[in-house]
Amino acid sequence: MIIGLDVGGTHADVVLLGNEGVINEIKVPTDPENLFQTVLSALDQITADIDAAKILRMVMSTTLTTNAIIQNKLPAVGMVVSSGPGIDPRFYRTNDHFECLSGSIDHRGREVDPVQFDEIERIIAKFKAAGIRHVGVVTKFSVRNAEQEMTIAEQLKGHFEKVFLGHRISGNLSFPRRIATTYLNAAVYPIHREFFEAVNNSLTRKGLKVPIRILKADGGNMNFEASIDYPAQTIFSGPAASVMGSIAFGPENGDTLVLDIGGTTTDMAVLVDQVPLLDPQGVELGGYKTLIRSLKTHSIGIGGDSAVRIANGRIQVGPDRNGPALAHGGPSPTPTDALVIMGKTRMGSRERAEKGFAPIAAQLGLSLEEAAFRVFDHTCRQILDEAERMVTRINQQPVYTVHEMQEGYQVRPETILVLGGPAPLFAEHLEALSHHKVGVVPRWTVANAIGAALARTTCEVNLYADTEQQVASAPEEDFSERVDRSFDRAKARQMALDLLKNKALARGANAEYLEMEVTEDLQFNMVRGFHTTGRNIRIRAQVQPGLIHGYDPVAGRLM
Amino acid sequence: MLKAKHKTGLVFFPAFDWAIDPTHPEREERLLYTQDQVIEEGLLDIDGIVELKPDLVNVPDVQRVHFCVPNPLTVMTESHFISAGGAKTIGCAVMEKQIEKGFALVRPPGHHAMRVVHGARGFCNVNIEAIMIEHLRQTYGVNRVAIVDTDCHHGDGTQDVYWHDPDTLFISIHQDGRTLYPGTGFPNELGGPNAIGTTLNIPLPPNTSEEGFLYTIRNVVLPILEDFQPDLIVNSAGQDNHFSDPITNMNFTARGYAELTELLNADIAVLEGGYAIEGALPYVNLGIILAMAGIDYSQVREPTYNPDRLRQSKDVTGIIERVGELVLTYWQQRGAIQDQVRQKRNCGQRSRQLFYDTDGITESQKETIQICDECGGAWRIDSTSDRGRHILAIHIPRRACPKCQKKGQEWFTEADGKVFDLIALQDQSTDTYSVRPA
Repeated sequence: MIIGLDVGGTHADVVLLGNEGVINEIKVPTDPENLFQTVLSALDQITADIDAAKILRMVMSTTLTTNAIIQNKLPAVGMVVSSGPGIDPRFYRTNDHFECLSGSIDHRGREVDPVQFDEIERIIAKFKAAGIRHVGVVTKFSVRNAEQEMTIAEQLKGHFEKVFLGHRISGNLSFPRRIATTYLNAAVYPIHREFFEAVNNSLTRKGLKVPIRILKADGGNMNFEASIDYPAQTIFSGPAASVMGSIAFGPENGDTLVLDIGGTTTDMAVLVDQVPLLDPQGVELGGYKTLIRSLKTHSIGIGGDSAVRIANGRIQVGPDRNGPALAHGGPSPTPTDALVIMGKTRMGSRERAEKGFAPIAAQLGLSLEEAAFRVFDHTCRQILDEAERMVTRINQQPVYTVHEMQEGYQVRPETILVLGGPAPLFAEHLEALSHHKVGVVPRWTVANAIGAALARTTCEVNLYADTEQQVASAPEEDFSERVDRSFDRAKARQMALDLLKNKALARGANAEYLEMEVTEDLQFNMVRGFHTTGRNIRIRAQVQPGLIHGYDPVAGRLM
Repeated sequence: MLKAKHKTGLVFFPAFDWAIDPTHPEREERLLYTQDQVIEEGLLDIDGIVELKPDLVNVPDVQRVHFCVPNPLTVMTESHFISAGGAKTIGCAVMEKQIEKGFALVRPPGHHAMRVVHGARGFCNVNIEAIMIEHLRQTYGVNRVAIVDTDCHHGDGTQDVYWHDPDTLFISIHQDGRTLYPGTGFPNELGGPNAIGTTLNIPLPPNTSEEGFLYTIRNVVLPILEDFQPDLIVNSAGQDNHFSDPITNMNFTARGYAELTELLNADIAVLEGGYAIEGALPYVNLGIILAMAGIDYSQVREPTYNPDRLRQSKDVTGIIERVGELVLTYWQQRGAIQDQVRQKRNCGQRSRQLFYDTDGITESQKETIQICDECGGAWRIDSTSDRGRHILAIHIPRRACPKCQKKGQEWFTEADGKVFDLIALQDQSTDTYSVRPA
């Protein structure tokens, strides 16, 4: 049996899955001030009367780190950043203790200026005086050559509890994003660590010695050990949980739009042949642009409980939420109240909904029922418009080869999957407006927790080889090997896949079901003068986000 | 947080799978390190810098500028349609005020491509700036355009396209033609008899440094632009004046390019040459993009930058000052020079031989233009290549007077069909391109 737990803003959803399908599902209210208690009470309830020995593992997605970042409740950390030529790195300051120091590396990973040891000594003293315990170190082009980051780290060793190095956080280029990502990892580290150690301890006390996996923004999971080194990868996993809960229900061939309609927001994503699209760069959160691998999701401030008002004679829905719907004791009209008035649902007080909606109907000069329909119609249209804009943006993503330009895959969703509390109430009208087939994800209220439970272990590897300099390296994996001039793209692909396999296994993947694929495969002849002097090879390989194999039929049984 | 002062658009199309041939300077690898630098610096994440996906140009876009022999699909590859399309995308985005300024960082380049195209010259098949400009003129009614070509090689293709157009000011700054391909671009090349002075050439001596380039921009180019009052300024932004470029002899720098970009304040920049793909392009492009966006570029510096070794000699400074004065004089006296030129018998005719170095083709042209005070003048080119093709290219300008319209039509209908393999009329006044049936 597997437990899936997704802690959202209003509810924590938890499911218990077995080979026969969903054994139990529970929703508990989230206490934003005490997520630990929320998690424990959800786990207590789902494991009551269950033989702990039969629980294989537990997969969790929480808003812990996301909230800490959005609310800016991050502990002080120190950042050490190299200030070589280019854009002045002080523009990329992430926090108070942000120090720039000498040293630079060029785009091929050659050292241009050395690190200055006396500068590092001064920074150490400064940080220690400020009581800093966690430090991030980032140099430009460290994913081409990590030497300077390691030199600096070597000197910091012993002075601080943990040091995060930019090149280990991501293998992708972007110095500013590497700075932000390294900072966030260092900053959420103590919060993440403390929380999960507490969860672990209290489960152990209850006799539940179950391995914990943690969901990531890319819709895959990692084991607890890996999460300690990459805690920021846990941010933004909520939307990913919902997408993973939907993928089994999209068509095997074709594009699907996933709409998770919640109380406050609607989150959107796109599936191509049941595989969710990834963001080409990384999560953006709380003003930080990062290199954290993530599903391509888009969130808008429109949900069942969004505030409805009339501004200049026009209906306006969201982006704010004042509380629950009127029908459920809330303070102001919402799309949910519109559904109540239209008779689409019998939940809640119709009388309260009608009373609160009367001013809206009066301002629109319509009957209550007509006004309710107009509000609901407007809500649906706005969701579909935003979805269309997201698809347009995806299709406008630039490509860099003639081949891709000619073959350019254009996303054209013909199916829509909806989930979240009010999903079934929206489905019919969304179908009428969009002319697409709209399906409701089975168990739509807890599909997110099911998604968390069934997600695969994912990861990515970037391999860079330069045969002129006779080196192949994947700094993120702490891997570097001398290669000779016969090294080519085929060998590089194999090397990248081997690295990926080891990485996935270390993070908890099942060796028999690794869905590995190469997502970038470029080889350039390097010509100096009129002679080919080497090859410049770039390979990116990943474990595709998807469902764990043995449980695919489970998803089938849920339909 | 970094924010662009001017909203700047970027089309980046490095054509990672296209080369003239594997070891040619114009090969897959050319913009690889530039891409690495642009992405590592996080340029595309800066608020106010947007990356646009290039559109493709279509055949009518190309035929508005060129006579391709035998046709555009034969002389162009898919990559040319995309690189010209990248320039067009930037141009349209500027005209539609989506962006204030834009840079088409595309390959292959275009500034050696002339009106008649039998093949590739100087790594260029079609003129991507001209294709963009003529599209903008037809679509948005832009009239006066200034093109400042800062590639190290004379922009002889662009010069040829606009030789007879008084509405297009073409200024080329380049290494002296006596020392570098294509061997043209001298100050006395001033344009055709209807457009004297709207072609200007500023050849600079080898070893010109930052000082010389910026002097020329400040003291020669900017005053002339001020006089001309263009609706649009386009920079053909070649990057081969760099001190590390393998096929030229200049001493320009990344920071110098950035300052030049800031001074010139062009609406649109289009990448041309530049083949120091590791030591120059990553830094020069970084500098140009930052300067266009109005972001501090003072920390942009090449790893091999050494100001002492790049100082300009007094001799070089002297030559540059004299060339600048000469060009300014020509500009100021352009009316009188035009009168003089027109007094010569046969001033409306010229014959010349053109060599396509990239494809090894030789072309002979006999050109005739209507002397006209009302418009740019209709012209015809009788062109023969050593591949045995013989064509007649006839052009009616965009704002043609009725007399020139009539003349162009006459040439088209009266030409001897037995003599030419192709008789084509490019009528910009109706935006049509017609081929006479054999």
